[in-house]
Amino acid sequence: MSGPDRIPPGAVPALELRGLGKRFHLRSGGILRRRVTELRAVADVDLVLPRGGILGLVGESGSGKSTTGLMALRLLEPSEGQILIEGTDVTALGHAALKPWRRRVQVVFQDSYSALDPMFTLAQVVAEPLRIHGIGDGASRHRAALDWLERVGLHRSYGSRYAHELSGGQRQRVAIARALILEPAVLIADEPTSALDVSVKAQIINLLQDLQAEMDLSILFISHDLSVVRSLCDRVAVMFSGRIVEEAPTEAIFTSARHPYTRALLDAIPVLDPRQRRRRTFRDRAEIARDVPVLRRGEVTGPVPEGAGPRLMPIGPDHRVAAVLEGEAA
Amino acid sequence: MTAEPNVAPAAAVLAKPAKRQRGPLWFAWRRFLANRAAVVGGSVLGIITLMAIFAPWITPAGPTAQAFLTDALAFPSAQHWMGVDDLGRDFFTRIVYGARVSLTIGFSAALFSVVIGIPLGAAAGFFGGRTDWVIMRVIEIFSVVPPLLAAMLLGALTGGGFWMIVAIAALFGWVQVCLLVRAQIKAFKEKEFVRAAQALGASPAYVIRVHLIPNSVSPIIIGFVLAIPLAMMLEASLSFLGVGVPPPTPSWGQMINNGMNFMYFYWHLAVFPTVALAVTVLATSLFGDGLRDALDPTMKAR
Repeated sequence: MSGPDRIPPGAVPALELRGLGKRFHLRSGGILRRRVTELRAVADVDLVLPRGGILGLVGESGSGKSTTGLMALRLLEPSEGQILIEGTDVTALGHAALKPWRRRVQVVFQDSYSALDPMFTLAQVVAEPLRIHGIGDGASRHRAALDWLERVGLHRSYGSRYAHELSGGQRQRVAIARALILEPAVLIADEPTSALDVSVKAQIINLLQDLQAEMDLSILFISHDLSVVRSLCDRVAVMFSGRIVEEAPTEAIFTSARHPYTRALLDAIPVLDPRQRRRRTFRDRAEIARDVPVLRRGEVTGPVPEGAGPRLMPIGPDHRVAAVLEGEAA
Repeated sequence: MTAEPNVAPAAAVLAKPAKRQRGPLWFAWRRFLANRAAVVGGSVLGIITLMAIFAPWITPAGPTAQAFLTDALAFPSAQHWMGVDDLGRDFFTRIVYGARVSLTIGFSAALFSVVIGIPLGAAAGFFGGRTDWVIMRVIEIFSVVPPLLAAMLLGALTGGGFWMIVAIAALFGWVQVCLLVRAQIKAFKEKEFVRAAQALGASPAYVIRVHLIPNSVSPIIIGFVLAIPLAMMLEASLSFLGVGVPPPTPSWGQMINNGMNFMYFYWHLAVFPTVALAVTVLATSLFGDGLRDALDPTMKAR
């Protein structure tokens, strides 16, 4: 058997994306539905999520970060590239072969309201993963679900309630319980806090941090909120127009960002102190896209990747930026 | 990265449940009660159904018993509330037993409509693409053929009969149910709880059965109730034309046809079955419309 349970934990990353890309074909209306144009939503995404690590994936709406998350979950078929869960390539696995691997990667979505079936009680919601994977009987699943409700900070009596009776933060706790009840290796959190109030947001972040430490969980945290990313993640990858333009340890992103898009994102963080409030300049996307960073040879700390045009170059410990070398055409 | 030790673990704050809130069904019930026409329609339908069920206890003779031959064609009176027909049968009895036929055909046809409509609507809505295309074209064929014409043809070919009429009515009734279910499933299949189940490895059959169909109860109930009056009208029309329920089983359509022969003098033989049919169909339609508005406020009458 080559199930996920047989893989020894070790240096193998929990989740790895290699050259992942997604193209959508836009078709004309009418009967013929000719292929008119092709949209590259995501291209050449290489990401490594180590065991126990929290990787932030940031970028504006439409930058392809959610598409990347859906592909990593195999909810959306990638057009190119590979998805490796704990070292095993699952890109081409069919429904049945994929099912044991699905246990290893779970998801929490942004909209906690539509994430919970309105016809289910919360105990049923949380127990559903056990039901789909045929673990235990009805009674033991129900007990496990109530235990997990407690673990995410909800009273056991919530088990008989329905989603519409809860606040956004409570619903998000239920969604987290459902995602973690199978004890996955990887949690993909797709903007789990962006629909929440600031105080509730902090509680959910604390909960994720606690559970991550208890379970040695790896989290791919997709967000556009850099302040949340800074408090939670140990690495950050920045996406712009479907590509990763900069990747570095969190502090390096905040102190020595090289890519103009990363800087624009950092600039957009609201500053509370009015005396420190900068005059913000908003640059449009086309302008940022033209402004490719140019590196001197001495700045590149590792081997320069082959090819032409902007590509991810190492410029510091664990720090990569999409750039060209001096003298190259952008 | 680990949690800082001085931060209280979020899980320690056990949130106590708040006061129980009203469920969506409670609000639907309130909306239904506010619709006076629907409440009246539902009550009338309820009374007619009860009369049909308890027919032997409220009528003086059997529906086919020619117990009053000497009083044949008598006008309404205290003994015979709706008179006596040309063959000496108490007409009130015939009307009440006619409700049995009408309601049974209405409910059975609606049930079969739902049984055909749910799987087809679910498949069309969930899989989309080619499946959807084929099912939608079939629906278009059914919606361009006038049901009565097709039913007459089928009825004449098969010689009518109770279950034949149920089958014909279901054949045209499932279209509405299918469209309603399809629309609901199309809207719900993109919801994140469906995505979450798929991320867990749930099969399409599981997702449809466990998540999508239970979330389609409202359109299914609506489709069921709205299919009833259509089937009742179809049965009455076919029986009126003589290709429906064969005599002596009492059927309103058949009775209207017979009453036409005496219409200019013994008016009661045509008027009572017509009124009974009109009242029942109207009550069911009003009840169905009210249910639709109550269960799904976003879906207004077309």
